[in-house]
Amino acid sequence: MSRAHPYLPNSVPEIKQKMMDAIGVKSIEDLYADIPDSLRFKGELKVPGPYTEQEVRKLVAGTLDKNSSLKCPPFLGGGVWPHYVPSVVDEVVRRAEFLTSYTPYQPEISQGILQAIFEYQSLICELVEMAVANASMYDWASALGEAALLSARLNKKTKILVPNYISPDRLAVLKTYITPAGMKIEKFNQNKFTGMSDLEDLKAKVDDQTTAIYIENPSYLGFIEENVQAIGEIAHEKSALYIVGVDPISLGLIKAPGSYGADIVVGEGQPLGNHMNFGGPLLGIFACNHDNAIIRQMPGRIIGITETLAEQRRAFVMTLQTREQHIRREKATSNICSNEALCSVAGAVYLSLLGPQGMRDLAETITSRAHYTMRRIGNLPGVKAPAFTSYHFKEFTVQFEKPIEQINSKLRADGYQGGLSLKRSFPELGECTLWCVTEMHSKRDIDRVALIIQEVLEE
Amino acid sequence: MSTRKFHQADWDEPLIFEIGSKGRTGFAVPQPEPEVMDTVEDVEQLVPLDLLRKSSPDLPEVSEIQVLRHYIHLSQMNYGVNSGIIYPLGSCTMKYNPIINEVLASNSKITEVHPCQDPSTVQGILEILYEFKQMYLNITGMDDATLQPAAGAHGEWTGNMLIRAYFEDRSELAQRTEIIIPDSAHGTNPASAAMAGFKIIEVPSGSDGCVNLDALKAAVNSHTAGLMLTNPNTLGIFDHQIAQISRIIHDVGGLMYYDGANLNAILGKCRPGDMGFDIVHVNLHKTFSTPHGGGGPGSGPVGCKAFLAKYLPIPDIEKHGGMYTLTSNRTKSIGKVHGWMGNINVILKAYVFSLSLGGAGLKEASEIAVLNTNYIQKNLLNIKGLTLPFTPEKPRKHEVVFSATKMNEDTSVRALNIAKNLLDRGIHAPTIYFPHIVQEALMIEPTESEPLESIDEFIDAIKATSDLAYTKPEEVLKAPINTAVGKLDEAKAAHPKTICLSWKRLCQLANE
Repeated sequence: MSRAHPYLPNSVPEIKQKMMDAIGVKSIEDLYADIPDSLRFKGELKVPGPYTEQEVRKLVAGTLDKNSSLKCPPFLGGGVWPHYVPSVVDEVVRRAEFLTSYTPYQPEISQGILQAIFEYQSLICELVEMAVANASMYDWASALGEAALLSARLNKKTKILVPNYISPDRLAVLKTYITPAGMKIEKFNQNKFTGMSDLEDLKAKVDDQTTAIYIENPSYLGFIEENVQAIGEIAHEKSALYIVGVDPISLGLIKAPGSYGADIVVGEGQPLGNHMNFGGPLLGIFACNHDNAIIRQMPGRIIGITETLAEQRRAFVMTLQTREQHIRREKATSNICSNEALCSVAGAVYLSLLGPQGMRDLAETITSRAHYTMRRIGNLPGVKAPAFTSYHFKEFTVQFEKPIEQINSKLRADGYQGGLSLKRSFPELGECTLWCVTEMHSKRDIDRVALIIQEVLEE
Repeated sequence: MSTRKFHQADWDEPLIFEIGSKGRTGFAVPQPEPEVMDTVEDVEQLVPLDLLRKSSPDLPEVSEIQVLRHYIHLSQMNYGVNSGIIYPLGSCTMKYNPIINEVLASNSKITEVHPCQDPSTVQGILEILYEFKQMYLNITGMDDATLQPAAGAHGEWTGNMLIRAYFEDRSELAQRTEIIIPDSAHGTNPASAAMAGFKIIEVPSGSDGCVNLDALKAAVNSHTAGLMLTNPNTLGIFDHQIAQISRIIHDVGGLMYYDGANLNAILGKCRPGDMGFDIVHVNLHKTFSTPHGGGGPGSGPVGCKAFLAKYLPIPDIEKHGGMYTLTSNRTKSIGKVHGWMGNINVILKAYVFSLSLGGAGLKEASEIAVLNTNYIQKNLLNIKGLTLPFTPEKPRKHEVVFSATKMNEDTSVRALNIAKNLLDRGIHAPTIYFPHIVQEALMIEPTESEPLESIDEFIDAIKATSDLAYTKPEEVLKAPINTAVGKLDEAKAAHPKTICLSWKRLCQLANE
């Protein structure tokens, strides 16, 4: 017996017939008559189902249950981090009016999402101390790629200098983005004991073809870069842009890039109220100074304030659209259309909830727990944590005298996910892992993990 | 015929920065345990003195209920497909976003999973990604795919990077510099090809709205790297010459790129792979029912024929003896296009949607979407002031593009005014002024989700607007008046003197 599918209101035979009569066709097939027979797909699609809601819920939840249950969130970071998402954030982004709306091309009926994204832009500006932020990029990596392209458009130069210990994933994406533009990437050295950028090496490598210098702070390996001011000066002396990548959570405690001369700030907004979701969707932060030359070269959507014509009431619209693909086509500043709007709304709700004190408290809790972990694990014989003698925020390197896999598999067996192996990305660091500790990891979790590591090392 | 009385909520909502007062907070952060604090002692000592943030960010100080109400008020000043009446936004495929998708996508077994976890701990997610990819390959008629691109345009660019890699591998990149794109294409097509380093050659549409074969033949040569095409095209017309088009491109050594923005018309009816396309992207936030979130996140998986698979981004998911693993064996890969594996949570929703409909249901969804479009087409043909350019007798597929040029000449009412009138009646506007080859365009896509009653309400609203345009045009020109705000001064928003992109700037402008 065939019943109308709940998602297909007009699949009821009588309704279908009524509509076909109105159109003047005998069957729906008549509406496909213009597709040549040789191109028609004659088989059945190999998609299981249809399943009822009750069935699909059981089926898919069952598949998801094949993921292991961990005793606490993974000790992993590197660009996606375990953080707590306040219930209010999820409540807001579930609202059908936000969740199921399109890009606000009709501003009069879309003031809600326009204002929410304007607030996101404004909150990011406060956090990173820049004047302008766009509505979002796909993730930190693509924001970096776009920043490099923008830089080259502005100063017509082609070389971007990046730190030796850059995230390998972001480096890979950057490379893909800039290759067609004929740009190239050169790495500058970081001290192998402290991780600090080697200013002499940087000075030697920055030249007339350098479009920008990029740093990550805190770095991919967790240490805090102390030469931030000097690096910016080196860039500006050669008329190169200074691009800084950040973890926004660190900015409750660490100076904002806008205060040390950054021209463009990129970063990953996922920890601002977005779940990890196995790495996506994420929230690419992109911010710059209020410089008309840069703003008009910015990629992506930007929401601005305007007024109603009749009453001069404050209202919001997408603005500077002449930069964008739907108007400028191949001359657009980027091809981006769909972005991560709902993730930016989550970001706005998150920053509003926490406020200045919450961001400070959170950064303090996180860095306290991270330091406790470094000491707890670092005090074990056969372990060095952190591997770099420098300041750290929430991520840090841990070097073992035993193979990483031996330690991580024991942790897994006990329900913990240990740090990320760096052996493929940075073999020179030996049996080295990247750990991340946040407000999600309790002292109990940390102690337990330290104990397991100790057991493995004593075996 | 009646159209309903509608008025959107208008809370006259202040900015979040204008709410609250010092000392309030909306979230209490847990303190570290006493032993942790004892170990650490002074937190400020943990940051280099020069790097310590001395002034707090100027964020709002608001309690939880204030934040909640503020954003709920804002949501009520917005229009969604699940909360409105009908959202016939052409080319955007605003179909129902099923709730069960959201329920499953909020399962902590996906939301709280880190992309670098050991693969043995994420077998469930890998299975879903693997299985979805198999369905995707079958639906599109492709041999291999990547789920990494985070949006349609991201997929287009990824696809163009594959074209680039293919010619680079054949040492032909210096020669293959041009991508051909019809004038009816989405703006993302030329923008994406340009970002991949190609020069854009635009070809005009013929009088039937399809690719002009003579123009295409004149445009191809040894510089041709490929052609980007939607089929059905943005007029909703299936280009019946597609086999010839593919042959023309392939004969000069170029590749065929399928923009899947309009795939919702043809699920299970015909496949890009069978039309001669070598590369496709599909917008999961269109055809596969994942919500658009006010502009994103989307997802734009890219598929290709076997000979291009080695260029796809890494990593890939493989299945061996019931276990799923991540591999990076594609030796000639273009690398990575996303920090991780793409918008996984979105892909999960698309997977749930596919299972909810099954193969036969997906095909029926396309059929109903086409039925709905043609029903609208038939009914709007009778409305005064509207015309249907390009072969009005031909059936459309997922969408139909009318022109309001006649109405504009007769009454001064434009497509824009019709759109705003629909908003006043509680109906989302169609896409307007696109594609550019139709003057005063109204691009209408009902999708399979809309019940006949909603479709009739839409038709009635257009009819009522037309009647008003021919009797009291000044009334039509006033719209919108039932939305949260009325007509906006868009020029002011972009003017260098008045441009205001942040709260801080608003404060500065107020002080000037």
